[in-house]
Amino acid sequence: MAMKPHRKKKLLAIVGGVLALSVAVGLILYASGQKMNLFYTPSEIAQGKAPLDQIIRVGGLVKMGTVEHVDRDDSVLETRFVVTDKAMDINVTFDRVLPDLFREGQGVVALGRIDEQGVFVATEVLAKHDEEYKAPEVLDALERAGHPVKKDD
Amino acid sequence: MWTWFYQLASPKWFYEISRKLLPWFTGTTLILFLAGLTLGLLFSPADYQQGNTVRIMYIHVPAAYLSMMVYVIMAVAGAIGLVWKIKVAHIVSVSCAPVGAMFTALALLTGAIWGKPTWGTYWVWDARLTSELILLFLYLGFMALHSAFDDKKSADKASAVLAIVGVVNIPIIHFSVEWWNTLHQGASLSKFEKPSIEAAMLYPLLIMIFAFKFYFFTVLMHRVRTEILLREKQAKWVKAMITGETAYSASENTTEAK
Repeated sequence: MAMKPHRKKKLLAIVGGVLALSVAVGLILYASGQKMNLFYTPSEIAQGKAPLDQIIRVGGLVKMGTVEHVDRDDSVLETRFVVTDKAMDINVTFDRVLPDLFREGQGVVALGRIDEQGVFVATEVLAKHDEEYKAPEVLDALERAGHPVKKDD
Repeated sequence: MWTWFYQLASPKWFYEISRKLLPWFTGTTLILFLAGLTLGLLFSPADYQQGNTVRIMYIHVPAAYLSMMVYVIMAVAGAIGLVWKIKVAHIVSVSCAPVGAMFTALALLTGAIWGKPTWGTYWVWDARLTSELILLFLYLGFMALHSAFDDKKSADKASAVLAIVGVVNIPIIHFSVEWWNTLHQGASLSKFEKPSIEAAMLYPLLIMIFAFKFYFFTVLMHRVRTEILLREKQAKWVKAMITGETAYSASENTTEAK
């Protein structure tokens, strides 16, 4: 059964409207570019894409073997680590409580500012977890079999 | 092939068929929830990084999934109502909104509760969380717009247009974690490769998603039936049913035959 002409017209108007709107929204999102991102990667900071006079977020993986805890002169425990996107690195310092998931090789998003020495002084560190869900036993088994899952850089 | 389509258009037909379907949907919902919750909360393993916190997933993921699915159903039903002027389609669209809003609120709430112990924060303005919050506002806007009209027909039309416009947000929510860098992790389930989630966690999760789906269709049917009665209160079949429920159901076939 063929559709009645006025219904076809209406349907076309709706489909056309949604398509036009999608293109418009797509262009707006495309134009907003970097602003839609939550954080800058170390590479983007190295390329000077991040505003250095503002509070920004930097995101990446905590580089293996770089986490150190230092007792500062004002008796505050400071954590120093390197955030990497596997191309560029950035040094980060943080003197507050770290989230439970913070560890080497883990994704993090830090909020803060880059000081004169080029060190990112964070006031907040969030752990970013990946989309992998595994039981601990499986991980042990994989490691025993010689296929450790831990991501390394 | 269009007969079923036009049959659906009849509120009376929908009222009849949904009465027969409801017990099955209610039963399936209960069984799926029982199975999913037992497997998910008691028998699935803890995550290698998150420990038992990962169990929020069995509520969070289905709620987020349904929040988007319900929106698409709401918009498609609204569009069908606009094009074919089908009463039931508009009723379905309108009945979707509060349920969808509930799923969205649940997804946001469980996400916040999950975010605190894993990420270290309840909320962050990343693309995924923000677009899901916009979804909640779309649902609330739809409900507010619909209730702003005295005339149901104008209300149906206006809110259907709003629902269709808001559909643009759905792919944004879904792909936000790929298009931009976000705190929210990428998809574990809906990608073409093997799901990056262990089978012992995947099955309870899939069962929970089906439980949420059946729950939604059960609640939707209840809402649609109530809305049909409200709107068709002047119709003969509704009056007959209310004045004498027993007489109505007993003489259902005989009155048809007359």
